[in-house]
Amino acid sequence: MSREVEQFNRRLLRARDAMDRAYAQPLDVAAVAAVAHISQAHFIRSFRAVFGETPHRYLQRRRVERAMFLLRETDRSITDVCFEVGFTSLGTFSRTFRDIIGETPTEYRAGHDPMRAPNCVQMATTRPWVAVMPVPSSSFGEDGSAAPA
Amino acid sequence: MFTMLKVVALKVLDQDEALAFYVDKLGLEKAQDFQQGPVRWLTVRVPGDPDTEIYLELPGPPVHDEATTEQLRELISKGAIGWLAFQTDDCRALYQTLKSRGVTDFTQEPTDHFYGTDMGVRDPFGNGIRILQPAKVAGAASA
Repeated sequence: MSREVEQFNRRLLRARDAMDRAYAQPLDVAAVAAVAHISQAHFIRSFRAVFGETPHRYLQRRRVERAMFLLRETDRSITDVCFEVGFTSLGTFSRTFRDIIGETPTEYRAGHDPMRAPNCVQMATTRPWVAVMPVPSSSFGEDGSAAPA
Repeated sequence: MFTMLKVVALKVLDQDEALAFYVDKLGLEKAQDFQQGPVRWLTVRVPGDPDTEIYLELPGPPVHDEATTEQLRELISKGAIGWLAFQTDDCRALYQTLKSRGVTDFTQEPTDHFYGTDMGVRDPFGNGIRILQPAKVAGAASA
């Protein structure tokens, strides 16, 4: 039993790694579940049980973290940053960013300078954890609607 | 006064599999491997660096009780326990070498940053491995 749990966790971790690696691409829950070789519904449930949040929310916070990075480190436009990190709609990006961070991308940029920590440390430690407000579901497909954003 | 970092422990789920990955695939060399009572003291190191050894530690009795062992094993497989950072003189060449040896679990392809070029990979158990090629210091002689 235990060895099965370990192997299952490892597959979920591989799927999480895929989100960290390919957040900029148009990922959906089906594609990420396929990395773990698990059916969608089972994948969403299991991921949440093992990592404490749904895969949709994990990816959303990874994208927001990468947006925060680009806002701090570059002078790229908000629109560029939005598409660069995998959002397909500026409205969804701005709303999600504000819901999670509590300020707009522009406000965030004005208040933050580049960090010194290596990129992997930033990715591991600055991915936002506690959402200011509940984040509404979007096009990732966990609510079964899977409409393009 | 300390003189060096001698041993770091990295928890693994299987020592034979760990040896195969860290030596045959990653390219480290075996340093020590002997049975000490119930414990197999298995260490690897960066070739050419005799200072620091990585103890590939298998959680289990008598160091860990059964329940603790199970907890540790589960956390390892979630990627929540260990990671190491290595340095290389050519990140992209090493990436190609690792791929040719059959390494597949890259967490990050080689990427350029102001401090250098780095990449990430996971071992078969869930431990993270970061590999950095530091940026050349401005003004230093080029090789």
